[in-house]
Amino acid sequence: MNDILDVALRLVAVLVVFLTFPLLVGQAEHKVMAHMQGRLGPMYAGGFHGWAQLVADGVKFAQKEDIVPAEADRRIFQLAPAVALLPYLLVLIAIPVGPNGFVGQAIDAGLFFVLAVMGVGVLGSLMAGWASANKFSLLGGLRTAAQLMAYELPMLLAAASVAMAAGTLSLPGIVDAYQWWWTPWQIVGALVFFIAGLAELQRPPFDMPVADSEIIFGAYTEYTGLRFALFLLAEYAGIVVLCGLTTVLFLGGWHGPWADSVGWVWTLLKTAVLAFVVIWLRVTYPRLREDQLQKLAWTVLIPLALAQIALTGVVKVVIS
Amino acid sequence: MDYFHGYSVVGLVAVVGVLFVAVAFGAGRLLRPVVPTQEKMLTYECGVDPVGEGWAHTQIRYYVYSFLYVIFAVDTIFLFPWATVFAAPGFGATTLVEMFVFIGFLAVGLLYAWKKGVLEWT
Repeated sequence: MNDILDVALRLVAVLVVFLTFPLLVGQAEHKVMAHMQGRLGPMYAGGFHGWAQLVADGVKFAQKEDIVPAEADRRIFQLAPAVALLPYLLVLIAIPVGPNGFVGQAIDAGLFFVLAVMGVGVLGSLMAGWASANKFSLLGGLRTAAQLMAYELPMLLAAASVAMAAGTLSLPGIVDAYQWWWTPWQIVGALVFFIAGLAELQRPPFDMPVADSEIIFGAYTEYTGLRFALFLLAEYAGIVVLCGLTTVLFLGGWHGPWADSVGWVWTLLKTAVLAFVVIWLRVTYPRLREDQLQKLAWTVLIPLALAQIALTGVVKVVIS
Repeated sequence: MDYFHGYSVVGLVAVVGVLFVAVAFGAGRLLRPVVPTQEKMLTYECGVDPVGEGWAHTQIRYYVYSFLYVIFAVDTIFLFPWATVFAAPGFGATTLVEMFVFIGFLAVGLLYAWKKGVLEWT
């Protein structure tokens, strides 16, 4: 009985985090972007600095008509948002928050599981792009697929470097093994991982597949209402997951002063700082062209990731 | 036993996720208006009537990348089981040499593709 209650509690907790944290990031993006650009951002909804803006957006999305174009591949078109969204929910359960088993579910091959499942999310965009039967969507979908292929590889290599350093694939195990000097040691891997993750989420400056001023949001051109909202939720859930993973793999997760009692605060704090950086990058850099995107991945990030693996291997063997 | 327990919880999360989506879509169906018209159902194309069909011919320059990706990704997968044991006592230098051979293969492959001009767009 206790076991069932325990599992149920974990499931509820993961679902709640999944539905609230992306909104927090989204609201932060509204306000941070606005202030960086000398605007105020949403001020009306909810009264206090527009805190309820995203709730209002949600209400609006739920009331909008759901249009499926006559030419579209109906079933696939309707399922695509779910495929884009659910992988991030699955990943959330494997991310450790605090010491002593403060994690949704510790998985032996956690790192492997997380990377594999995150890759599935892109399939949603590809399904949407193809099923819309729209030229813009098709272009966007193909670009999404190309971007996944280019950036999955440096991401895997950088993650493998951490696995080598820790000697385990379990995410709590990796954080347990963390020492402060890992961050400078793995800094190249960390940057590669974070940049590749951004590209995989199609966040600016890597948002060529959804470039709104060129191909009208790419794969999402034909979507309205709730289904479009789910795609947006997937993007922000992706930010939470990426920042959480970077924290766990490279920044030591819950390590910090008084980690035993307030470790989870450190994890959340580091994640929040990274999410801020994600927003900051969006405001700062112009969009990369499609060929520049591919070139960056294949000729810069992958060689860097390979160099990081070599460095990790040498250091690890020398000190052990 | 623990091993399967971990993944059964993951399976339950998947079930919860599917339920969430089903409930959201179901509730959406009840909340939203349904007033389809012919114009609404048209494929969007800059506000003019669409020309030809949506699954148009496009120049796909990505397929070489996808070959490259498959080759490299399959290689990379092998890094993960190896990473957990390579520094175990008694392995040290041997596995390190192996690693450099492995990375060497990847690097040569990448350099070859680079030289061939596959990684250049234009």
